[in-house]
Amino acid sequence: MTTAPTPVPTPAATDHSGGAGVSGTASATSPTVPAQRTPGRHTTGRRRLRPRAGGWLATVPLLAFFAISFGLPAIAIAIGAFTASSDAETGAGQFTTDNLTASVQGAYWTALLSSVKLSALTALLGTLIGLPIAQAVVTSRYRAVREAVLSASGVLANFGGLPLAFAFVATLGNAGELTKLLHLTDHGWSLYSFTGLTVVYLYFLVPLMVLSITPALDGLRVQWREAAHNNRATTLQYWRHVALPILFPSLLGGFVLLFGSAFAAYATAAAMVGATVPLISRSIADALSGNVLVGQGNLALALSLDMIVVAALVMAVYLPLQRRSARWLS
Amino acid sequence: MAQLISRLRLWRGAVLLVAGIYFLLPMAASVWFSIDDPQGFTFEAYTGLLSAPGFTDSLWLTLQLALVTVLVVLLLLVPALIAVRLGSPRLRTVLEVVCTLPLVVPPVALTAGLIGVLRWGPDYLMDTPFFQTFVFVQDPKFPLVLVIAYVLMSLPLAYRALDAGLRAVDVRTLVEAARNCGASWPRAVFTVVLPNLRGALLNASFLTLALVLGEFTSASILGYQPFAVWIYSVGNSQAQMSVAVSVLSLLITWVLLLLLAAAGRERRHRTPARP
Repeated sequence: MTTAPTPVPTPAATDHSGGAGVSGTASATSPTVPAQRTPGRHTTGRRRLRPRAGGWLATVPLLAFFAISFGLPAIAIAIGAFTASSDAETGAGQFTTDNLTASVQGAYWTALLSSVKLSALTALLGTLIGLPIAQAVVTSRYRAVREAVLSASGVLANFGGLPLAFAFVATLGNAGELTKLLHLTDHGWSLYSFTGLTVVYLYFLVPLMVLSITPALDGLRVQWREAAHNNRATTLQYWRHVALPILFPSLLGGFVLLFGSAFAAYATAAAMVGATVPLISRSIADALSGNVLVGQGNLALALSLDMIVVAALVMAVYLPLQRRSARWLS
Repeated sequence: MAQLISRLRLWRGAVLLVAGIYFLLPMAASVWFSIDDPQGFTFEAYTGLLSAPGFTDSLWLTLQLALVTVLVVLLLLVPALIAVRLGSPRLRTVLEVVCTLPLVVPPVALTAGLIGVLRWGPDYLMDTPFFQTFVFVQDPKFPLVLVIAYVLMSLPLAYRALDAGLRAVDVRTLVEAARNCGASWPRAVFTVVLPNLRGALLNASFLTLALVLGEFTSASILGYQPFAVWIYSVGNSQAQMSVAVSVLSLLITWVLLLLLAAAGRERRHRTPARP
């Protein structure tokens, strides 16, 4: 029921790979005679209850698919970002850093910064809002509350993209129900702005945070809280010195997950804001549909590379943390 | 102490109430928007859906894409993950990395890369049989290139769901027990391991399905028209209908999740509780 990233367990300490290290029964039937149990018949030679090659062979389709379908586009981006595009006046196909230089200048640089700013802000807000909601769910006495909130989060976290944009246009857009009801336009409200986009993004980021932080909050033991209270700690002190330090890796991991989701989001912004809020994902889409200057056909690939670098830097923080958070909260 | 508890309860209620208002308001407003009419209210946005041009075609395409994507994801992941549980931990790390990498490449960037490949391919492979592959993959009736993109995007989600399920099951012991009882390899996997993974399989399928049903980015940039792209084109001309579709999509997601939960729960009732 959860899209939450689960802490990665440490690999099993025992490793029986290879060989027939099976503590089976003494009279195992040979694999070639399925379901024909002949009691008392001992097979000679090595009993192989696990195929030795099977473990390796079963992963081949996945790895082959990945190598082709992920490898080729990755290579295309890496090469394309550093070569002059075919419609360039001089030196088509030659090595050049012009694409990358152009991709971090002017309007493109603004779009990249704006994307990072929006993602960081929404991820931070999502983390801060998601934590108390998750805490309220975890400490609730009613099972129904927990089930309801978690399943609603499961639905809403998957409710991104276009439907989300349309729902908010109907609610808070220029002709939205709530806008008309409260005359929000007179108060300077606009959905098609940075603030508006933040409100919309939180709609799927907060549920995502609730889903990803709930397992960690479940791991906080009641005894710790009681011990803190018995030592005359206030609730605030308990959170500051006990709960938050333990939760920190999970919280940071959740923040990164939210950042990644917000950073990669395209459809919501595309359907809503048009060109009022510049975003890197929209610049790439524009560049791909040919809205660039002559000779900058490979600019989209350079922009993609910028985007991947940012996402990779953020993910590099996230992966080690996932392992860390499993330590206390097992 | 009693004072503290009642204060906590108050605080909890307040948090959930505020959150509830924020999350329910847009839904209520959307429903109202989609049936609002100067003369009262009308359900035309919903009834007119079926006859709207392009609705059935795009929905049919999306369902096909979703079905194929779910199948491909499961066929690629399940054998690999089970095998890794039985075999080497080193390969497990490789799989984990492979299934996490797509998270680093946002859909827009992946699409840019795919377009790069599709553009270069014909230039260099004009006289080889590979050229036909490029044409075939971009067939507008059933664009396989979208399936490839969707499978990549859902790998991380499906991997996590399946991995969580596998962690709760001792695959090795199960398989060894089945083999000791004389079951063949396929039989051990299909009748012993997979039934134990039912919840995880459903979960992974649901996540993949939700992703494909709502995916807009790569389909629109590559120029195909599955359901999400169709909604977008409708949204420009008929606002009410696009909002109606949004309400419906939320309902469908919710129903799917409920079915999933029901399927998982049914299983728990039948199996006796473990001590």
